[in-house]
Amino acid sequence: MTRVFVPGDSGARSVGADAVAQAISIEAGMRGVKVEIVRTGSRGLYWLEPLVEVETAAGRVAYGPVTPAEVPSLFDAHFLTGGAHDRSQGPVATMPCLVRQRRVTFARVGVVDPVSVRDYEAHGGLAGLRKAGTLAPEAIVDEVTRSGLRGRGGAAFPTGIKWKTVLGAPADRKYIVCNADEGDSGTFADRLLMEGDPLTLIEGMAIAGFAVGATQGFIYLRSEYPDAHRVLERALAAARDAGLLGADVLGSGRTFDIEVRLGAGAYICGEETALLESLEGKRGVVRAKPPLPAISGLFGKPTVVNNVLSLAAVPGILADGAAAYAGHGSGRSRGTLPVQLAGNVARGGLFEVPFGTTVRELLERFGGGTRSGRPVRAVQVGGPLGAYLPAQQFDTPLDYEAFIAIDAMVGHGGIVVFDDTVDLARMARYAMEFCAIESCGKCTPCRIGSVRGTEVMDRLITARDAGDLAAVEEQVALLKDLCDTMLGGSLCAMGGMTPYPVLSALRHFPEDFGLDAPVAAGRQG
Amino acid sequence: MRGERHGGPARGALPVVDRQPWSDAVDAALAAHRDTPGGLLPILHAIQATVGHVPPAAVPVIADALNLSRADVHGVVSFYHDFRDRPAGRHVIKVCRAEACQSVGAEALVAHACRQLGVALHGTAADGSITLDPVYCLGNCALAPAVQVDGTVHGRVTPAMFDALVQGLRGGTA
Ligand SMILES: Cc1cc2nc3c(=O)[nH]c(=O)nc-3n(C[C@H](O)[C@H](O)[C@H](O)COP(=O)(O)O)c2cc1C
Ligand code: SF4
Ligand code: FES
Repeated sequence: MTRVFVPGDSGARSVGADAVAQAISIEAGMRGVKVEIVRTGSRGLYWLEPLVEVETAAGRVAYGPVTPAEVPSLFDAHFLTGGAHDRSQGPVATMPCLVRQRRVTFARVGVVDPVSVRDYEAHGGLAGLRKAGTLAPEAIVDEVTRSGLRGRGGAAFPTGIKWKTVLGAPADRKYIVCNADEGDSGTFADRLLMEGDPLTLIEGMAIAGFAVGATQGFIYLRSEYPDAHRVLERALAAARDAGLLGADVLGSGRTFDIEVRLGAGAYICGEETALLESLEGKRGVVRAKPPLPAISGLFGKPTVVNNVLSLAAVPGILADGAAAYAGHGSGRSRGTLPVQLAGNVARGGLFEVPFGTTVRELLERFGGGTRSGRPVRAVQVGGPLGAYLPAQQFDTPLDYEAFIAIDAMVGHGGIVVFDDTVDLARMARYAMEFCAIESCGKCTPCRIGSVRGTEVMDRLITARDAGDLAAVEEQVALLKDLCDTMLGGSLCAMGGMTPYPVLSALRHFPEDFGLDAPVAAGRQG
Repeated sequence: MRGERHGGPARGALPVVDRQPWSDAVDAALAAHRDTPGGLLPILHAIQATVGHVPPAAVPVIADALNLSRADVHGVVSFYHDFRDRPAGRHVIKVCRAEACQSVGAEALVAHACRQLGVALHGTAADGSITLDPVYCLGNCALAPAVQVDGTVHGRVTPAMFDALVQGLRGGTA
């Protein structure tokens, strides 16, 4: 029986993957052909979704984007044995957009059945956890430290150092909390991994549990991801059945289990202390640090809080060794970064590359220009608190320090592309509005400043459109003052970094604010 | 800011003695999660999943069961965008307003959706069929603009596709 792979990923489903899977099953039935349809995750090549793959003697062969109406013609073209068709993408192993990546964390995503432990093991899974089971906690922590892994949630703190603190904190209970709140616009890597290879996350959390002496894990998942929720629950059940969670993890004599908790639509709950408050059943208000969560976290106990991708990198580090992971990357940014190209881009998706790759390389090698066909004018990197970069900065390598040097941040690795119709003053206004909507309310500069900032931007845009330079300059001065206050007087990066998109837009695109260049320039949209 | 969008606390609400249409759902949610550490969010999610919203009159009941003040429970309900204090339409459409979707026309799509349904964001169409909510990223940013209809995501949504989705919801049974 031929195996046909159709992604069950919510992104693939959003453009019709379910209907394609159904059409294949119906057509096969009518033709009396036996096929087994496996719903995998997505490879992350979203412009090709629904991307159908067929297992042939010569390996997997891909077709995409496929519509249900095209399914009969695929059968006519003998796609089950890799026959040529308008939608042919050739053998998966030679697809340029995959070959040019370095898939480490995402090696299994799009390949395996996400909830099959057998499939997982057949593709190299569980080697890391088995290894960890033979190591002392200190040795696990040491391995992670030597890999150079830094937190992928945004702050880029060394994961091994965080674990060491938790390991060294004496307590009757400790927790592993996975931050799966993924609120940044332009990012979907956590979702892609949780829907496509959740067992890697589960394995990573279990290793973290071994490393610091925690027996309970929580995945704090944003409620906007119901598909990921379903897959995670099924994967957790499969993991318990297979003995990789529970009272005696893989026969190691150690206990570890995981519970999924849903967020409730609050961006700020991605901030780790607000997340912990939320897990405790409270409003997601940011806590002052110290104490660090590593010392006093969930329910006052020492807690590891790590992003999905940080935890998902750990099984590979244990299995292949710290040196292999640290062998990728540039400067102090070691390993690979799953970059997400989003927005107005011809080929949007996830591309895992070593740190050090430049924005331009990503846009040119993978993105293929804008979807609209117009020139790229700006990109925003790192979510709603990240800076807008003009084309002159596209040669910046993706590297935490290189981005800090240009007043920007890599964050969770999302790159949102805008064409030349973008109005950066409107985007700056939106940054303020978003902060006003999502502020936890604890600090005045953030809570009130963002509301004032939105008003200032409204007046600025009005003045700009009226060509009133004096009024524009007055509002720009106010805006800079406000940003200063927010930068200096905010407890967390919500208020503290909202000025980044605002000020970068102002600095690099002054013409959109009615300064320098003629008012109409760059705003023909 | 949070907490100011949903009106004031359930002022003057008395402990509920009479059974309400939602009482069974609230009891079930409490029975399932009252002993769960940090169980308030799971309780509220469970109530909203069955009742469709968190009735203000249920707040004192939940507070009693968890040994919290009403203000605590109200504070949580009003903090999170997900929880509603009044019923939604039979279907909920969430339109993404975040940056990646904006880069390919989300603002125009939102304006179209509001016009089409005759509502502002957070509003429910007059026939009670559909509530239109904003959302800030659905993780479908490579296939933007994105909308989520009763939990299912749709990608590269054009105004015409939006109209077709609405028609499907209104034509079908709720
Ligand atoms: C406003 C705000 C939102 C955040 N959102 C997320 C998020 O959605 N996911 C995440 O992993 N980290 C997020 N973070 C970072 C977390 O606070 C924290 O640094 C991270 O979860 C630690 O894990 P890591 O070391 O593995 O990155 C956010 C921070 C701030 C200030
Ligand atoms: S900066 Fe804003 S979000 Fe962060 S703690 Fe202060 S008020 Fe809350
Ligand atoms: S920004 Fe709209 S789905 Fe991410």
